[in-house]
Amino acid sequence: MALDLVKEKWSNAVAVVTIGALKDEGGTRSSVVRCGGEEGLPFLFAEGKTPHRPVIAMEVLDVEPDDWPQSLTSAIGPAIKNPVEWAVKCEKDYKADLICLRLAGAHPDAQNRPAEQLTKVVKDILQATTIPLILIGCGEDKRDNEILPLCSQAAKGERLLIGETVQANYKTLTASALADGHSIIAQSPIDINIAKQLNILISDMSMSIERIVINPTVGALGYGLEYAYSIMERARLAALSGDKMLGMPFICFVGYEAWRAKEAKASETEFPTWGKQLERGIAWEALTATTFLQAGADILVMRHPKAVELVRKHIDELMKE
Amino acid sequence: MALSGLDIYKLLPKTNCRQCGFPTCLAFALSLAKKAVVLAKCPFVSEQAKAALEAQSQPPIKLITLGDDANKVEVGNETVLFRHEEKFHHPCAIGFIIEDSLSNQEITQRLEKIKQFHFERVGQLIKTDLIAIKQTQTGERFIEVLKLVLGINQPLALISNDKTALGDALKILAGKKPLIYAADSENLNAFSILAKEYGASLAVKADSIDSLSELAAKVKESGLQDILIAVNTNNKPSRTLGELTQIRRQALKKNNRNLGYPVIAVIEKLDSYQELIKAGDYLAKYAGIILLNTLEEWAVLSLLTLRQNIYTDPQKPLQIEPKLYPIGNTTENSPVLVTTNFSLSYYTVLGEVEASKVPTNILSVDTEGMSVLTAWAAEKFTPDKISDSLKKSGIEEKLKHRNLIIPGYVAVMSGELEEKSGWKIVVGPKEAAGIPSFLKNLT
Repeated sequence: MALDLVKEKWSNAVAVVTIGALKDEGGTRSSVVRCGGEEGLPFLFAEGKTPHRPVIAMEVLDVEPDDWPQSLTSAIGPAIKNPVEWAVKCEKDYKADLICLRLAGAHPDAQNRPAEQLTKVVKDILQATTIPLILIGCGEDKRDNEILPLCSQAAKGERLLIGETVQANYKTLTASALADGHSIIAQSPIDINIAKQLNILISDMSMSIERIVINPTVGALGYGLEYAYSIMERARLAALSGDKMLGMPFICFVGYEAWRAKEAKASETEFPTWGKQLERGIAWEALTATTFLQAGADILVMRHPKAVELVRKHIDELMKE
Repeated sequence: MALSGLDIYKLLPKTNCRQCGFPTCLAFALSLAKKAVVLAKCPFVSEQAKAALEAQSQPPIKLITLGDDANKVEVGNETVLFRHEEKFHHPCAIGFIIEDSLSNQEITQRLEKIKQFHFERVGQLIKTDLIAIKQTQTGERFIEVLKLVLGINQPLALISNDKTALGDALKILAGKKPLIYAADSENLNAFSILAKEYGASLAVKADSIDSLSELAAKVKESGLQDILIAVNTNNKPSRTLGELTQIRRQALKKNNRNLGYPVIAVIEKLDSYQELIKAGDYLAKYAGIILLNTLEEWAVLSLLTLRQNIYTDPQKPLQIEPKLYPIGNTTENSPVLVTTNFSLSYYTVLGEVEASKVPTNILSVDTEGMSVLTAWAAEKFTPDKISDSLKKSGIEEKLKHRNLIIPGYVAVMSGELEEKSGWKIVVGPKEAAGIPSFLKNLT
């Protein structure tokens, strides 16, 4: 006798967010990325469609990173000194779905680079690449409020995904993104209530939910991964059950977190029982990424080309019905 | 229809005798309702109540023990689909496959490597759990390899289709409760008899979840209790994940006793990265046992770390005792760092302090297991609390100086803390990784 299978019926789907605009849409991209749209839990295709596969954005910094381990910088090579070359490499050689430009050099404690230089990097990368762009500020609210609106304007019509807004600072960036036709990242500190609250606040400024992406703030493998994992599961269950204010795609800054982990960076001489350093770092980033796919991640922001390749191949496999 | 905690309470003696380990009969009843405990824990339960609770009191996913008392691993007894609903109870057992086609020397080398697989993370020892011997050659060779592996004090799994070889192996393993992998529709009867005779557990494998359910039912009819369900890992990943999820749902939501057993996922030989990534998926989605081939230390460390994360109790963050920890040969001039009693915070700081080789005092403040920033935001890591901990720790009598190093992320509390504690506040690095150079540069 055939089993009576337990199938979940969901009443809501995750919103679809489009990143990038084609030439006839007012942008200059040759392709766009659509993410979200899930009608069920990750990869359980019998219960709901997953119209858009999870995507990988590769992280590019406007200045040469000073705290990246050598196993990471040497994988990218000399292009790491030039954000435009680096971005092109991500598109052409590493087949990234998107570029994620982080304006680290804007930070007052770093180089505090002038706004003209920052807007120029944004424009140059848009000119040299054809895939959609995610743009992240330096993380210092005051400085970001000054430079991100200028960058937003410089990329008007390109439908960037731009971030990050937080509960205490969302108005300036949301207003800019609204005016210039971009979508926005809403960051919450591993807290489902704040995530929802911020989405409501942003929506109240008449930003549609098809233009908001949730950053739940993930931790790396071994460094609090399980907190974000469960927050994402809870938020996604709520979304599928009808809560539209949690029904946005997730972006996970996997590379940023994974490469801070001691296990990703420490040398083999320091920890001989931990195995090869290079492979360990790649594994740390890749496994952090694939675990979040199981919790519903839509956009993975990653760093190491080999980890990107592994995760992309795994997504290829996961998406087969 | 499942009974509620109160329904069950009515059937209990209501004496609050505590012999079940719970403070009251009601607490025991609530736990029974969640299927987190077995009715047998109550020594005074009436026959009538027993009958009424029989089905209810059995955990929906049977607890299976492999190995003997000295070296055992327990899997199963899970109660939820999502870890936030309660927690995942018995960490997925991770083991390695040793093929009998390898030379004795290769096998010995592999075993030596496996013996090294234990790591300390966040104050916990994490290690691998079992070894599987896979037969591809003669029965004699299988037994020869088994003898090589016997020295390694870990529970064993026997991967074989050869009834005679299995019989010989099980004789040698009497009392050690190995796992037989796996019975299919062809050899089900023979394997069930063997498993029963030698006290082994038996995995069943089939192409579909319907057949799995039927096979498990037949094994159970034969009188064998210790069953595992093998998922097909050669399918498309979404199919395997669907099967893993459906088996867990059948057990929890339908109380389907035929699928109420832990699941075993055997990963075929692949590139080490791919094995790791596949294993990670199965670990997150309900596997009770994972067998893999790769012996790369980095892969094993990553997988064990993921298991530690996923099986952490979400209601109880890992905590340490909040107190003063002198690290190395501290003197009256040694520096003092303050952090929280969240294990991850403390052990991350500890690792860096040890790496710096600078004898240092770490003061762990009771933040109820919250990390630095979370605790600060929740007002559990405040100038008052830190001042209090400083006084209670007795450190003021041990030191000549009054300099306290605080995490860079809470620099904002410096002024108030200085006022409250009377100590001079030094703002340390934001990330623990900055501690060694920070300590070395202290004058």
